[in-house]
Amino acid sequence: MESVLPVLQWLEGSALAVTITESDWVFPAIETVHVLALALVIGTVCVVDLRLLGWASPKWPYRQLVRETLPWTWAAFGFSVATGSLMFITQAVEYYQNTAFRIKMLLIMLAGINMVAFELITAREAAKWDHGMPVPPAAKLAATLSLMFWVSIVFFGRRIGFTMIPE
Amino acid sequence: MDMLALAQWLSATPLSAAIQNALWLIPLLQTIHILAIAMVISSIFMIDLRVLRIATSQPMPDTARRFVPWIWTGLVLLALSGATLIVGEPERSLPNPAFQIKMLLLALAIAVTGAFQASLRREPAPSERADQSRRMTSVLAVSALVLWCAIVVAGRWIAYIKAT
Repeated sequence: MESVLPVLQWLEGSALAVTITESDWVFPAIETVHVLALALVIGTVCVVDLRLLGWASPKWPYRQLVRETLPWTWAAFGFSVATGSLMFITQAVEYYQNTAFRIKMLLIMLAGINMVAFELITAREAAKWDHGMPVPPAAKLAATLSLMFWVSIVFFGRRIGFTMIPE
Repeated sequence: MDMLALAQWLSATPLSAAIQNALWLIPLLQTIHILAIAMVISSIFMIDLRVLRIATSQPMPDTARRFVPWIWTGLVLLALSGATLIVGEPERSLPNPAFQIKMLLLALAIAVTGAFQASLRREPAPSERADQSRRMTSVLAVSALVLWCAIVVAGRWIAYIKAT
């Protein structure tokens, strides 16, 4: 904590952070974009995960589905991180120390690792099963974990709202 | 209808107290509400990608069949979680202008989404060209997305606008 504190305090004191905090509407506006962005992240991730679990779109070839969905997941994720960062700097010290925030960041990291592992290992063979052959168990596991992570991320994201003291 | 009086009456009911006192219920309901938002907005988004010819691997009827049910499922979840949240915190919502605007936008969004769904099913009239019919479907699809996003904006603003 000690080594990070000056950085966090610097962030909180930055012109950008102060501008956001002092305005009545900027923070709510950023928060709103954050909600819309995360809605798209979760929704598009679910399209992929439900396909892998065989619960939806079984006839849509997996690789085609991914090609038309994942770029939007990444774009929406970018907006989520950008808006999240802007919100973070306004109370950097407190967010950093907030348990729900820490758990949320950890879960996002785990969701990312899960996705990368899936891409590097299981999805390599996607050509063999993307036209309706049974999806391998490893892919179903990745999809299940992904859904669990993202639902938890939303829950802990909400918890931040309940456990932060507003400025 | 006097929203403030209704809200005050509701907040005095045992049900309202029960919802407020169940420690995790309101955050849980809000989480469900957010997940249902994700369901609705992403479904319309995926449909709009197809309607706007940005995503083209699947034919329109397949895309609609795939995603439209999720819109209505999401709406049911939003209504259930939303209603419980209102009963739990009536004074926060009912008299609040942001909430009232949200409800108005919701009515519009449901109408436009329904019209979009209907436009997919109908054959163009003999006097109407196929591309005109398709354009109508596109306009409805994009309008639906805009309206649902506006609902999210109004929803967030409830927390920031004090009730009249």
